[in-house]
Amino acid sequence: MVSRIIKKIYLWLTLLFLYAPIIVLIVFSFNDSKSRGRWSGFTLKWYVELFKDSNVLKALYYTIGIAILSAIISTIIGTIAAIGIHGINGVGKKVILNLNYLPVLNPDIVTAVSLMTLFKFIGIEFGFVTMLLSHITFCIPYVILSILPKLKQMNKHLAEAAMDLGATPMYALRKVVIPEIMPGIFTGALIAFTLSIDDFVISFFNKGAGVTNLSIEIYSMARRGINPVINALTTIMFLVLLLMLLYINRKQEKSIKKRGGVI
Amino acid sequence: MKLKVLSYPYVVWIAVFIVVPLALVLLYSFTDGNLQDLNFTINNFRKFLDSKYLNVLWISVKLALESTVLTLILGYPVALIIAKEKPSKRNTMIFLFVMPMWMNFLLRTYAWLTLLGKNGVINFIIEFLGFKPLDLLYNDGAVLLGMIYNFLPFMVLPIYSVLVKIDNSLIESAEDLGANKFQIFTRIILPLSIPGIITGITMVFMPAVSTFVISRLLGGGQYMLIGNLIEQQFLWVGDWHFGSAISIIMMVFILITMAITSKFDTQKEGSGGLW
Repeated sequence: MVSRIIKKIYLWLTLLFLYAPIIVLIVFSFNDSKSRGRWSGFTLKWYVELFKDSNVLKALYYTIGIAILSAIISTIIGTIAAIGIHGINGVGKKVILNLNYLPVLNPDIVTAVSLMTLFKFIGIEFGFVTMLLSHITFCIPYVILSILPKLKQMNKHLAEAAMDLGATPMYALRKVVIPEIMPGIFTGALIAFTLSIDDFVISFFNKGAGVTNLSIEIYSMARRGINPVINALTTIMFLVLLLMLLYINRKQEKSIKKRGGVI
Repeated sequence: MKLKVLSYPYVVWIAVFIVVPLALVLLYSFTDGNLQDLNFTINNFRKFLDSKYLNVLWISVKLALESTVLTLILGYPVALIIAKEKPSKRNTMIFLFVMPMWMNFLLRTYAWLTLLGKNGVINFIIEFLGFKPLDLLYNDGAVLLGMIYNFLPFMVLPIYSVLVKIDNSLIESAEDLGANKFQIFTRIILPLSIPGIITGITMVFMPAVSTFVISRLLGGGQYMLIGNLIEQQFLWVGDWHFGSAISIIMMVFILITMAITSKFDTQKEGSGGLW
């Protein structure tokens, strides 16, 4: 009995450790003064200021825009590549898979400076294009890694059967293979989107004049010290995230129930 | 059907965006002056052997190791407790642990800035209790705390995902054969969870040793880890040759670490993904 209570306390203390900083930020986003220790009245002025801050708004547009674009492009390239890689045998496959794994294994900062070196070498101006290209580059490997297992699970005679029945290779791919690996494609796209929207290091090295994302904006604000506008931003992001996760969780639970409780 | 043709565009992509960039970094690290002149030298690596830079490497590795060990000590019991809960409760608990991980990494780090600062919440409480305010920010402790805070879920999740898969009948038969709780833990649970521990260690150590955000925000402007050194060389000093050499050193260091840890990981499938 005592050990049960100790376990409970330990678990809740850890959760407190994880949530306390976020909760404090949320509470102080409504604080009237800039101070963080003292409560001096309720206000919404930091939210007003957040939506007046053109830098933050611009960064938000770039963050979402780049996340959507890089998710779409890396999913398309990744899906085609995964199907192709699945069709290769032997050493070639091993080499490609290992190279594909490099951006996953390498520290972000190494990937970031290597891409920066490349863009400098080719002579592209740093900005939207370099940021998008670098995001696509680090997203594709994750897309491929989430599709390949689905291809492996697929019955390889399915496509052959379709072609025996008169389907052209393209038609068989579109009507048989793609639907079969759809869950993997979907997971890949989701991973790409979250990686891109959350990225800081790679964007930080490959950004250009006037083109930033939210992470970079937060970093430069935080370096200048405390800024209650960031607290307001945290609160909004936390709420959006909470609603999104609750929605996904609800949906999953429903689908689990539909399948009779089997996960 | 020649499916492999479909991989060709991506092979080109790999060549341009993965192989060439790394080759360029390698080239930078072994040359100096203008890149076109191809003045080969190993001076960039020799420069790193200066005690000033070796010290930075040492502090980075030390902090990363400390945070890995501490997240393991803090996280293992959490994973174990959650894994023993009823399935319905388990999912909610894991959801609660994953949730902060979805928050922007910089915001999570920034949050500690407001807690630990001179006029921050913690010091306010300390003063309220009648003590002198402490210098909590801009030191090793703050950076370590930031690392533990950010990477704790990376340790809990892989260990948890291995622990829930342990066959309960193993534990029951050990009990039947007279093993006590401690023996069950050291003889059964711990050995079976090693793949999860290994995954957890790599997932914490790697980002910890290469971070430059946590050290910059919580360690202050002068605080140097190896990540900050790379950032400084590329963005502020402009010595890309030296910066590239440090990047290569870091990359080799991490690939060796991964090779060593994967040697311990005998059951590859058991390590389980994050999801």
